[in-house]
Amino acid sequence: MALMMDQALAQTTSSSPLLSVDGVTLQYKTPDHLVTATYRISFDIQRHERFVLLGPSGCGKSTILKAMAGFLYPVEGCITLKNHVVDGPGPDRMMVFQEFDQLLPWKTVEQNVAYPMRVNGIGAQDAKARALDALAKVNLSKFADAYPHMLSGGMKQRVAIARAMAMKPDVLLMDEPYAALDALTRRKMQEELLQLWEDIGFTLVFVTHSIEEAVVIGSRIVLLSPHPGQVRAEINCAHLGLNERASPEFAELTGRISHMLFDGQNVAH
Amino acid sequence: MSQTRFPLPLRPEVEFDVKAPKELGDVAKPLSFFEKLAANGAVRHGVILIVVALIWEIYARYLDRPLSFPTFLDTLEALRDGFASGVIPARLSVTLQTLVIGYFIGLTIAAVLTTVAVTSRIGTDLLSTFTAMFNPLPAIALLPLALLWFGLGRPSLVFVIVHSVLWAVALNMHSGFLSVSETLRMAGRTFGLKGLRFVFGILIPAAFPAILAGLKIGWAFAWRTLIAAELVFGVSSGQGGLGWYIFEKRNTLDTASVFAGLLTVMAVGLIIEAVIFRLIEAKTVRRWGMQRG
Ligand SMILES: Nc1ncnc2c1ncn2[C@@H]1O[C@H](COP(=O)(O)OP(=O)(O)OP(=O)(O)O)[C@@H](O)[C@H]1O
Ligand SMILES: [Mg+2]
Repeated sequence: MALMMDQALAQTTSSSPLLSVDGVTLQYKTPDHLVTATYRISFDIQRHERFVLLGPSGCGKSTILKAMAGFLYPVEGCITLKNHVVDGPGPDRMMVFQEFDQLLPWKTVEQNVAYPMRVNGIGAQDAKARALDALAKVNLSKFADAYPHMLSGGMKQRVAIARAMAMKPDVLLMDEPYAALDALTRRKMQEELLQLWEDIGFTLVFVTHSIEEAVVIGSRIVLLSPHPGQVRAEINCAHLGLNERASPEFAELTGRISHMLFDGQNVAH
Repeated sequence: MSQTRFPLPLRPEVEFDVKAPKELGDVAKPLSFFEKLAANGAVRHGVILIVVALIWEIYARYLDRPLSFPTFLDTLEALRDGFASGVIPARLSVTLQTLVIGYFIGLTIAAVLTTVAVTSRIGTDLLSTFTAMFNPLPAIALLPLALLWFGLGRPSLVFVIVHSVLWAVALNMHSGFLSVSETLRMAGRTFGLKGLRFVFGILIPAAFPAILAGLKIGWAFAWRTLIAAELVFGVSSGQGGLGWYIFEKRNTLDTASVFAGLLTVMAVGLIIEAVIFRLIEAKTVRRWGMQRG
């Protein structure tokens, strides 16, 4: 444990972070309210990290992710990517949204995956090959020519994941991508994602409200307090993955996290 | 949980063997010829048309007043003559030309107006005010004014058609753009789409069901308005359209030809609305699952 800490410490001091969130407050203006979604949030994300945002529903996880993607501007603080202030969305940060309607209904599954690559100047042949490859990874090769409305919610989500991964972005932002999947498929997708990370080593920002999933996927977890979200803790868990789920260490960590999240409230988990 | 207020019945557990899909026989089997026939809308509509034609024929013969109500067969004959002599096709082509010109000018102005409306606040206000003002005004009511401005001829008709198409289409396009979901917009922008590429890559296809509905309404307005306008002031520079044909035949009391003209008006309307627009729908919004049916 202490060793892990030292390593993490060494990393932060040796290289500047890939993505840095510094004192960020995010608000929504509705016609009759000003809703503060997150309050003065700060954290750094290093290259190759699998960074998980964990917190209860409504604490502002999606909001921070959207701000990192460049859709929302902080009212206070700033978000920087490679030392440049994020000032709008771009293909270097592909996002898998929480909603099901993120695929273009007028394009087939394969065209959906290839489209962002085509937009960014990748040739048709190349884009198609990469799209088919990505679809194979999420186990949807058979549906390459189907239209999104013919797919189940979970399948649509997998297409969106394939679309984002095929772009090979600097940062992959995923908003509860597996929430809609059945337990079996979710496990498989988690394995796939971790395998893919082993292969490519992309930087991942992953939102979830499942403690177990956070520990399995993440190398580092940020815990957010209930609405309005504030950083409650940052936790290392790179040493705990799918194979350690039965270990006492895993149970100890999930217990600790759940205690911190619910602050002694008696919530069974 | 063993002690509850509601006594649960004790029931034995059971397990069943599930057959493989292969052993279940026909899971999906093609429909029989007559089942397919009955499921075909065209066939059902055809049957209704035949029945209506029969009733028409019988009633007209019984009435026996060809000057006010010709029989179905007489009408068909007049229709055949009209086509054989080339008069109806010539009149039809005049009408369709005027219509296409007016329709596309109307669409272009609608597209420009809508684009301005989605990009600026003042544009939105302009569009909503204009549509609210002009939409309730029947295009045909503008005809006297058009005649005053443009004189007797095609420009007046085009002006009236543009008016009838413009507001309906602009209104539909605009509400279509507004209803494109936030997630789709954000997805488009993460791909790096901006400006016109964003409009053509995301907004237009995503709003296509509404746009198509606008095109259909615009078409229907334009077609009816044009025939009515032609009836009112008929011939222009020696060549009249279909409306003029109907008016002319009435003056010579050739009632069968009047009916033939009306049938042509219906047929063209039907072909465009039920065939061409249907085809576009089937190839686009239905295929994409954006509209049911
Ligand atoms: N478009 C919006 N307009 C106004 N308030 C919003 C909007 N979107 C979110 N909020 C508010 O901001 C807060 C954070 O929302 P957010 O969607 O980020 O939560 P979340 O952590 O992603 O929750 P979940 O786990 O349920 O997805 C919530 O209190 C919500 O009411
Ligand atoms: Mg969310």
